[in-house]
Amino acid sequence: MTERLDSFAQLLVPALLVVAVGVAASLASRSNEIHFLNALVAVAMVVAIYVFVGNSGVLSFGQISFVAVGAFAAGVLTVPSALKGSVLPGLFPVLRDHTIGNVTSLLLAAAVGGIFAFLVGMPLMRLSGLAAGIATFAVLEITHNLLREWTKIGPGATTLSLVPETTGPLQATVGVLVVLLVAFVYGRSRLGRMLRATREDPAAAQAAGIDVHRQRLWAFTLSGALAGFAGGLLVHMLGSITTEQVYLELTFVTLAMLVVGGVTSLWGAVVGALAVSGLDSFLGKAEQGVNVGFTLDVPTGTRLVVVGALMALVLILRPSGITGGRELRLPRRRAA
Amino acid sequence: MSAGLVAAVDAQTLVDAVGLGAVFALMAVGIGLVFGVLRLVNFAYGQLVMAGAYTLAFTSGWPVGARLLMCLGVVLVLTMALERAVFRPLRSASPAVMLVTTFAIAFLLQAIARIVDLRDGTIGEAAASVGGLRQAVTIAGVDVRKVTLVAIAVAAVSLGLLALMLARTTLGLHMRAAAADFQTARLLGVRANVVIAFAVFLSGVLAAIVAVILTIQAPLVTPGFALKETIVVLVGVVVGGIDRLWTATLGGFAIGFATGVINGALPTEHTVFLPSAVFALVVLVLIFRPGGLFAPGRTAVVERV
Repeated sequence: MTERLDSFAQLLVPALLVVAVGVAASLASRSNEIHFLNALVAVAMVVAIYVFVGNSGVLSFGQISFVAVGAFAAGVLTVPSALKGSVLPGLFPVLRDHTIGNVTSLLLAAAVGGIFAFLVGMPLMRLSGLAAGIATFAVLEITHNLLREWTKIGPGATTLSLVPETTGPLQATVGVLVVLLVAFVYGRSRLGRMLRATREDPAAAQAAGIDVHRQRLWAFTLSGALAGFAGGLLVHMLGSITTEQVYLELTFVTLAMLVVGGVTSLWGAVVGALAVSGLDSFLGKAEQGVNVGFTLDVPTGTRLVVVGALMALVLILRPSGITGGRELRLPRRRAA
Repeated sequence: MSAGLVAAVDAQTLVDAVGLGAVFALMAVGIGLVFGVLRLVNFAYGQLVMAGAYTLAFTSGWPVGARLLMCLGVVLVLTMALERAVFRPLRSASPAVMLVTTFAIAFLLQAIARIVDLRDGTIGEAAASVGGLRQAVTIAGVDVRKVTLVAIAVAAVSLGLLALMLARTTLGLHMRAAAADFQTARLLGVRANVVIAFAVFLSGVLAAIVAVILTIQAPLVTPGFALKETIVVLVGVVVGGIDRLWTATLGGFAIGFATGVINGALPTEHTVFLPSAVFALVVLVLIFRPGGLFAPGRTAVVERV
């Protein structure tokens, strides 16, 4: 009975947290709204990364590539068609002449992210450890290079602007809830359990008949789809985006969020994303000077110093993260 | 196309490419030495070079000797601090955790450099040349910057000394033993802390040398200084074979040389997708020859399922 309650709480508590942030976003002033939206989109991205990295135990620097392709797919296809020919003249005609709606673009972003991840994952999922880290880093570099230079599929090195800003509090909250639900259901499914078995002991899992490569590929593809979807949310939140915004720094910040929260649990992903993103917003304000009883004014760039130091400290002192890498458990009474 | 490429490669391009390869080879040794004893890929290696470069920039007005000493000192202090505070506690961690941690350290150092650099309100500091090395000399009709020759010479001497040290001294023997099998080497009396500290120390010295050469070649120092080079060198090291020092070095040299030749010979519009091709090559090598292109047979460092 308590186990069932536990598993219910493992979805419900993170979901309530997300809804609370969404409500706060809708109540906040226009200038503060962006911080809450940022936090929500961060949760979506970090949970997407968790689906693969957390469940498989294989490091990936590449998941932000799927955020990037999702963001640019959703962005390029929702720029109003009347303006597209003039701002993005180099596009393939099929991209230039079609414009799709908001929800369709999010689904398309998920599809593009998932397909890209599947194709990349087929060869890459044979690797683990260091090799996986470096190969997925190579994927990030290739994606960035192609998006930056190939003007037939996107804006190239210039800013993609005029994307409808549809990710308000409602869309962000609903979007993140969808991502959470998918990640939760996958984690409890047979596939999710098999993959975690390979994480704990690859040899034993293989001996029990689990195809490690196939299970990793499933998770990588699902993670890619969720990351693409999160990219769609991101581009519709920002309204304009460059390839630099979905590259090394975002990879670093999202990995830091996951590591700080705790890599091996959904709860850790959510807590890490919200905590680091809150800290990030606060430091961003402090760089401008903020009043906390006294005026706190830190030099520009302190954000990344603190986030970097926090990530390194957690990795060295408490590698399982602030949640200990465990799912949420309800406090229970001691048996009499 | 290939005929055009050959025609465009003149002696000038070749010399520059060898110079670039020499610098990359030095960085590859710096990364490979630490990997050998710690199984740790130091993503933050470029930031050590960057720290040295900033030191040279901030001391531009000083006498040359003092600047070089200061650069060496700052890089070594930073390197040994990293060893003590980061590498040592992580010794028992998995390679992936170590890679992520050095990734975090790289960003941390870069962010700190940004704050230090921004004190005067602008980003980027210019470093004065060391001696007259930025000037060119003409050898057999080819204009070569002195620094290119110095880079080649310094790389050759450093690598030669290192090879001698590894082959002829007790410490070198211990390092090779530790690189081959760390646990067994410890059981046989190799002192782990000494060997590791010495390997990290040598990688710091190499980082300082690279900082001097790179600031002479490209005087503007920014927080991202040497970051791109590090990524390319890492690629070269993995493609060459990270498990052995000489394959890693060869990989570093090869990728520097190839980049130099291609960038020198092809117009810019043909090289925009070059990074994609290079990184695709990395993925292929990792999948089909996990021990590296130059490694004899397969090795067990790179795991596959």
